[in-house]
Amino acid sequence: MTGRAVNTATLAAIDGNDVLETFVSGIAVGCKYALVALGFVIIFKATGVINFAQASFVLVGAYLTYNVSQTWGANFYVALLAAMAAGFVLGVVLEELLLRRLIGEAPFTMIMLTIGILYVIDNVVTAVWGPDNLNLGDPWGIRTVEGGGLTVAVRDLWTMGLTAAVLAAFFLFFRYSKLGLAMRATALDQEVALAQGISARSVFMVSWGIAGAVAALAGATLAAGNVALQPGVGLIALVAFPAMILGGLESPLGAVVGGLIIGLVQQFTSLLAPEYFDWVGPSFEQVSPYLVMVVILLVRPYGLFGTKEVRRV
Amino acid sequence: MASTTVPSRQHGSSAPSRRRRQAGRPHRNLALDHARDLRILRSPLAKAGAVLLALVYLAAPANLTDVTLFALSYAGVYAIGAIGLNLLIGFTGQVSLGHATFFGVGAYSAAYFGVQRELPLLAYLAIATGLGLLLGLVIGPFALRLRGQYLAVVTIGLVFLGGHIFSNWESVTGGGSGAPVAGADLSVGPLDLGELELGGQIYTREQSLFWLVWALVALTALVAKNITRTRPGRAMQAVRDRDLSAEVIGVQLARYKVGAFAVAGAMAALAGALYGILQGFVNADEFGGSVGLFLSITFVAMIIVGGVGTVFGSILGAVLVEYGDTFIRENNDLALLDPIIIASAGDSGVVSSGEFNGIVFGLLIVGFLLVEPRGLAALWLRLKAYFTSWPFSY
Repeated sequence: MTGRAVNTATLAAIDGNDVLETFVSGIAVGCKYALVALGFVIIFKATGVINFAQASFVLVGAYLTYNVSQTWGANFYVALLAAMAAGFVLGVVLEELLLRRLIGEAPFTMIMLTIGILYVIDNVVTAVWGPDNLNLGDPWGIRTVEGGGLTVAVRDLWTMGLTAAVLAAFFLFFRYSKLGLAMRATALDQEVALAQGISARSVFMVSWGIAGAVAALAGATLAAGNVALQPGVGLIALVAFPAMILGGLESPLGAVVGGLIIGLVQQFTSLLAPEYFDWVGPSFEQVSPYLVMVVILLVRPYGLFGTKEVRRV
Repeated sequence: MASTTVPSRQHGSSAPSRRRRQAGRPHRNLALDHARDLRILRSPLAKAGAVLLALVYLAAPANLTDVTLFALSYAGVYAIGAIGLNLLIGFTGQVSLGHATFFGVGAYSAAYFGVQRELPLLAYLAIATGLGLLLGLVIGPFALRLRGQYLAVVTIGLVFLGGHIFSNWESVTGGGSGAPVAGADLSVGPLDLGELELGGQIYTREQSLFWLVWALVALTALVAKNITRTRPGRAMQAVRDRDLSAEVIGVQLARYKVGAFAVAGAMAALAGALYGILQGFVNADEFGGSVGLFLSITFVAMIIVGGVGTVFGSILGAVLVEYGDTFIRENNDLALLDPIIIASAGDSGVVSSGEFNGIVFGLLIVGFLLVEPRGLAALWLRLKAYFTSWPFSY
């Protein structure tokens, strides 16, 4: 009885402005997931592997940005570019050294290989930079801007802008560049692409490199803010799984749409769950993305934008 | 059966004729019919090995320290879970990263039915196993709709959803504060494993739990072996190799995919219940979220290290991964490890023992996948093949 009274009292507290603010923060969170998911997608599109080590690429990118900007005192944006370049190299080296040897193996083998890499890199990162929270030294900090009754963090605006820029760059790259076309052809049919003189080897290398660079960017946006850089940052990649799966594993647009959906679902769950469906328990927003993912996959087994696989005996 | 095709021994009285007949007699390990081919212990050596293992099992508690026995019991618990996962991944080809949830269901069943409902040991172990089976029947149908990597990611979702339920269903799981298993009954018939007394000799809890766990490991291995060497096993392997082809030759996909999930779930839940007993307490965040995902990955790592698609490989892998972890944590002052590991503040070294364990764990997975994808079991099988086919190379 008293519970109901409290409910009606707090119900009135959710007004249009709350919904709008939740919407904006949902988009901002979603953009972070989208950036991580884009890294997954580009590797899956070219090589058919879900790269669990993407989480460690994110971590390495964030810590390298920190190292270059804070320890070595470089400009933050220079540091970010350096970290992206290093992420590119890391991706290429891993592909060249390890992944290459297992091309054509069962998905299970590839997944576990990337998980093994994840453990090694994550622990090396913790060993090098320590388990403490660090300040990334980004110029965005915890500043906010206000407009139309809304308060938005500057770093969220940057995240949205960067995600839009990366998506646009992907679009142009896949549509107009020779390498991008080669990657699409390889994804479509490796043998036919080989017959056209496309080197699958360089396509695989470049796609791992790009994933590494995008992950570094994602890492920097995730760790931005007030002393938010710590080894757990890579775990966000786990939440990007639903985003990537939801959109369909081989669609960059799907990754962004999936990321936005997951971000919105998460933010609206944390706004609405305590009021309307209290029985799901506290911090349900941490699991709601997975629930959405399972439901959507049951309806569309290849995600929203994925292509249905044609199977032959 | 086999004896009718082998020339009888009593005719070989004179030396030259015996030599001739010996040349024509098939090797004693050669399987001449299907029933013999399917035997678990095919040669006298294998039988001797089994007897030896049984003797080691009986004698171990009297000859090892309680700490070692406890670590070995944990390894046995993981072995049971790994055997189940190997049936699912190694034999049926359905990748699951949700094993931790089944394990957790078992652990909480032991806590709920053992402590809150005060059921006897065998009853709550059976209920835990049954609940794991049921959950497997619920999750299994996902494998019919989703394939390969999509399935793997959905089972990750299972870990997060399961973890949320574990930490919020307070009346059963105790919510965030966890649930005790320590008070649960520990007797098999007249024998109380909590304070076992046999023939005037009193055994510690660690000693009797070692016997309990490893007896169940043997039972689980036998069940798994019997599944894999008969018709269901062949069907499962056909599904693994190409599920569409398997369907074409008449294997009912639904039956074997869902069945494999159910059996794997049952074994994981049994392992989880034993884990709860060993630990005496179930923590809320052990089976969900990223910790749960790590547990699931550990199970998969065990079967990779031990050998994907072999039953005894699962046991080898579980013992190596679990006991190796304990070994490194407890022996970080060894001459080889000391310069690397920072054991305490101010100690020389490069990484902490937790990080070192993580790195070794990752390298084990990567190394086995690249160098020996069939795991430790393959080393043993190769050694065996070398001696059985000697002096020929194959």
